[in-house]
Amino acid sequence: MMVKKIKQTFTDLWSLVVGLKVTGKNFFQPQLTVHYPRETVDTLDGYRGHVELVPKKNDPFNPICIACGTCAKICPSNCITLHVKKVTEPAPSAKKEDSASQEPVQNNQKAASPKKPKTKRVLEAFELNYNYCSLCGLCAQSCPLGGLRFSKNVYLAGVSPKEFEIDLLARMRSQSQIAKEEN
Amino acid sequence: MINLPMPLIQILIGLVAILAFVGLNGLVLVYLERKIAGHVQRRPGPFEVGPHGILQPLADAVKLVGKQLITPKGADAVLYWAAPIISFAPAIVCFLPIPFGPTLTNININAGLVLILAFTGLNVLALCLAGWSSQNKWSLLGAARDISQSVAYEIPLLLSILPIMMLSGSLNLYEISTSQGAWPWQWYIVYQPLAFIIFFVCILAETNRAPFDLPEAESELTAGFHTEYSGMGFGLFFLAEYSYMIVACAMASILFLGGFNGPLASGWWWFLLKVYALLIVMMWLRWTYPRVRFDQLLNICWKWLIPLSLVNLLFTALVIKL
Repeated sequence: MMVKKIKQTFTDLWSLVVGLKVTGKNFFQPQLTVHYPRETVDTLDGYRGHVELVPKKNDPFNPICIACGTCAKICPSNCITLHVKKVTEPAPSAKKEDSASQEPVQNNQKAASPKKPKTKRVLEAFELNYNYCSLCGLCAQSCPLGGLRFSKNVYLAGVSPKEFEIDLLARMRSQSQIAKEEN
Repeated sequence: MINLPMPLIQILIGLVAILAFVGLNGLVLVYLERKIAGHVQRRPGPFEVGPHGILQPLADAVKLVGKQLITPKGADAVLYWAAPIISFAPAIVCFLPIPFGPTLTNININAGLVLILAFTGLNVLALCLAGWSSQNKWSLLGAARDISQSVAYEIPLLLSILPIMMLSGSLNLYEISTSQGAWPWQWYIVYQPLAFIIFFVCILAETNRAPFDLPEAESELTAGFHTEYSGMGFGLFFLAEYSYMIVACAMASILFLGGFNGPLASGWWWFLLKVYALLIVMMWLRWTYPRVRFDQLLNICWKWLIPLSLVNLLFTALVIKL
């Protein structure tokens, strides 16, 4: 018992030396941080910035978002406000309807009542109040179409909280514009 | 012309020189500490103010001097403002008997060692007053911790110095220095390695350095006894802490590492080199080890350091007698 205790003490003491070795070694190794304003890093793959809207693949100026509002509802900090305009679309082209009605109804599918005018929710602005966002990611997770993702917007600084109330739709459009001009 | 006695003039000049030395050292040590912390954690440390951030401690000092002094509500104002001064003033006195070089001792007194031990003990009183008069629970807890810690560690500290007194037969720091030779194998650390380790652990605890920084324990007690202090109140505590570090490391290098004696040419350069090497080791330890728990701290002292130093003392006495 006594021998074991003394042995343990010496292993414990040796662990102190090991600790010093670790920090001593790190002291002389190259630094891992960069001097920010003069240097920046480009390894931002895993970075979680604020959320951003995902544009449609074939139409980079419009988002995948269907303005269903799930993200705004699930957000624990109520950061997201959707400004939605309801547009009554003219009924889908009459020709198509006619051809559909001419054809004999073979399948037992219930045809959606085509004569009712469709209202479509159009996103006018997607307001994100980043001041209160905790980056939990529930909005991106709950989006039924994958229309939200984390941006890689690292270099974010401002002098007033107003600067962190971002309209994501306008941001996405301006980014697409920049991308277009570059191409 | 006022007729001042020569020793008084000597002491006054010495005190001014020491104040300059302490102030300069404070800046250097703050810079060193932060640079070492940075490099251990693989970041650059202070870098922006001046080349390689060399003016950063100066900027910090200017900021501290410029800050408003606030006395908290319900605090005992007299004790509250006396505490940082009581903490800092004895630290200056401790430099007086230290032999920096063969001809560079301010007052060469026979009880130099006792003087230093007595005046460093005053720091406990200052921290106690600071904690008590702040009217703040963190401060009070920090002060309580500091007192029990200092009381505990003073004992093995003295017990580890005693063998050196026996070997050199003197309490005069200059004589203790000169009784050791120039080469490392002539230093007392060779005869008393255990005493040196105990002494070093004890000065870590006495100067409230990590891993024994329980009186300030920033993650538990905000800042411990100096939570409420602003501006130069805090600045003085800070300066006092660094001064005590220098005094402690100077003691260690005089008692165990030969003081100003060194190979080839003895002089103050060897002394400063040893002191700074020890200070760097102290900082290295700080950025390596996590803070100990309070019961662990007292256990190390009462169950290990005191018995070991007693055994060491008895053994030394026996060898000397034989």
